[in-house]
Amino acid sequence: MAVDTSAYGTPAPETPAAAIAGLDNLDLVQVTPRRRLPEKIWAATWPKLLALVIVLGIWELVYLSGWKSHSIFPGPFQVFPNLWDQAQHGLLWSAIATTTKRAVIGFGLALIIGSVIGALVSRIPPLRAAVGSILTGLQIMPSIAWFPFAIIFFGLNTSAIVFVIVLGAAPSIANGLIAGVDYTPPLLLRVGKTMGLRRVALYRHLILPASLPTYVAGLKQGWAFAFRSLMAGELLVIIANTSSIGVLLSNDQDQADMVGAISIMIVILVLGILVDGLFNIANGRIRRRWGLTDPASAG
Amino acid sequence: MSVIPSRAAPLDSSPGTSARPEPRMAADVRPVPFSARPDVAIQISEVSKTFGRGASAVVALDRISLSAAPGEFVCLIGASGCGKSTLLSLAAGLDQPTSGAISTNGNRVALMFQEPALFPWLTAARNVELALRATGASRAERRQRAAELLELVHLGGFGGKRPHELSGGMRQRVALARALGQEADVLLMDEPFGALDAMTRDLLHEVLEGIWRRRGLTVLFVTHEVREAVRLGDRVVLLSSRPGRVIGDFKVDLDRPRGMDSADTVELAIRIKSQLREEVVRHGS
Repeated sequence: MAVDTSAYGTPAPETPAAAIAGLDNLDLVQVTPRRRLPEKIWAATWPKLLALVIVLGIWELVYLSGWKSHSIFPGPFQVFPNLWDQAQHGLLWSAIATTTKRAVIGFGLALIIGSVIGALVSRIPPLRAAVGSILTGLQIMPSIAWFPFAIIFFGLNTSAIVFVIVLGAAPSIANGLIAGVDYTPPLLLRVGKTMGLRRVALYRHLILPASLPTYVAGLKQGWAFAFRSLMAGELLVIIANTSSIGVLLSNDQDQADMVGAISIMIVILVLGILVDGLFNIANGRIRRRWGLTDPASAG
Repeated sequence: MSVIPSRAAPLDSSPGTSARPEPRMAADVRPVPFSARPDVAIQISEVSKTFGRGASAVVALDRISLSAAPGEFVCLIGASGCGKSTLLSLAAGLDQPTSGAISTNGNRVALMFQEPALFPWLTAARNVELALRATGASRAERRQRAAELLELVHLGGFGGKRPHELSGGMRQRVALARALGQEADVLLMDEPFGALDAMTRDLLHEVLEGIWRRRGLTVLFVTHEVREAVRLGDRVVLLSSRPGRVIGDFKVDLDRPRGMDSADTVELAIRIKSQLREEVVRHGS
């Protein structure tokens, strides 16, 4: 019989504390020191700037090539001065304010309604069987298809637009929450149950925090749908004496003002990117907390 | 050391009385169905578990009877598919036996898995504090008790770390602190050190042994490593595969602390292994 009576055949008589402390220090994940803020900002900015310069360069080249008439296809040196000019006047800013307000109201309502529906559907199996596939259907259905209904139902006013925003965004938010609840790791659920977490406590301390990353992904997708619905709505539902991004864009189309139209499109793009940035910050925080980021690449 | 290979005697063989799938919570204090004795911390009586129905039904456990005295460290070993994990799930009240009964005599039961299964959105300390909620302690008490428990598993300064910032062995110690935080008298452990390296595992054996002694815990410890079972257990119970049955019950009379690689441990492990092998061969013929 092979008998091993070597080094750690029998444990050392002293407490294991010292050995454990040593092992812990060897094992600990070495966190790379955080980079300073200016460095981080620069690291995040220069690729974007470079990409922007390349895109503008290609745009200008196409413009200079004379491929299309300059009135139909203006170059960046026409568009950006025009945008700068519009930014000097109150009209653009009041349009942005109106559109932002609608976005906030619509998305806020969608957030509440979507979350409540998601929570109910994920909890109640018959409800899920009943409306689960309808939710996904609504999510896929282009929200612009709702406008004839909304305009007849509400008339040409903000309610019609907000209604369509909610229909566009709420299903994504609800589905995000449902998916988050569904993907709560079964092992954690078992642990929660052995720890005596039940019903509301189980939701509050386990299922909701566990579904947070998926829920935020749902919010982000919901926002994308909300913003699209809003732009479509503002182009279709023109309300007298209100300026909005959609109204400005529509006016430019009526006046065949391509320079103005492209300026407004840039505003829309920038608004979308800014809000997306907010979601990315939230997402990044969660990922860092959960240890889902690679410590080598995290900023 | 004595070897008592015994097919555990049925305690109640009348089939009608044992089918009693009533909900049983982890901290059940209701009168236990039968054969509860004050000198038994957990009693598994004639428990069977079948998954599925009809032709595709799989019998995971077949009339298993097993008990552990208060303060006893019982290790369960068996080949894969012997229903070890199923048995612990039943004992923890996570699932109901198809027939038979499990009595914990009013003892609180906590369960630990091979994975630490910590909540990744909480710090180590908060993970332990959440388990303390079940005890009804105030927030300040919970905070203090969690700090003490982390100290107990040699993680004093690490309460503020999140699980992903800790090593595998450290996470498993947080899981141990969390299980202890449930003020359980019976600790059910499902291959808790199976995923750790040998050195870390040896150290955790010492930590667990120390806590088990000081707290007078009753431990049911599932492992597939025979030497680990001999290293830790007062008794080593052998389970057969498909369906799981108790096929051997070895008393381990070695002095503590024992080493995984000491001569006595290895010798007993070899004897248990040979019986396990006979069981496996019997399945082959």
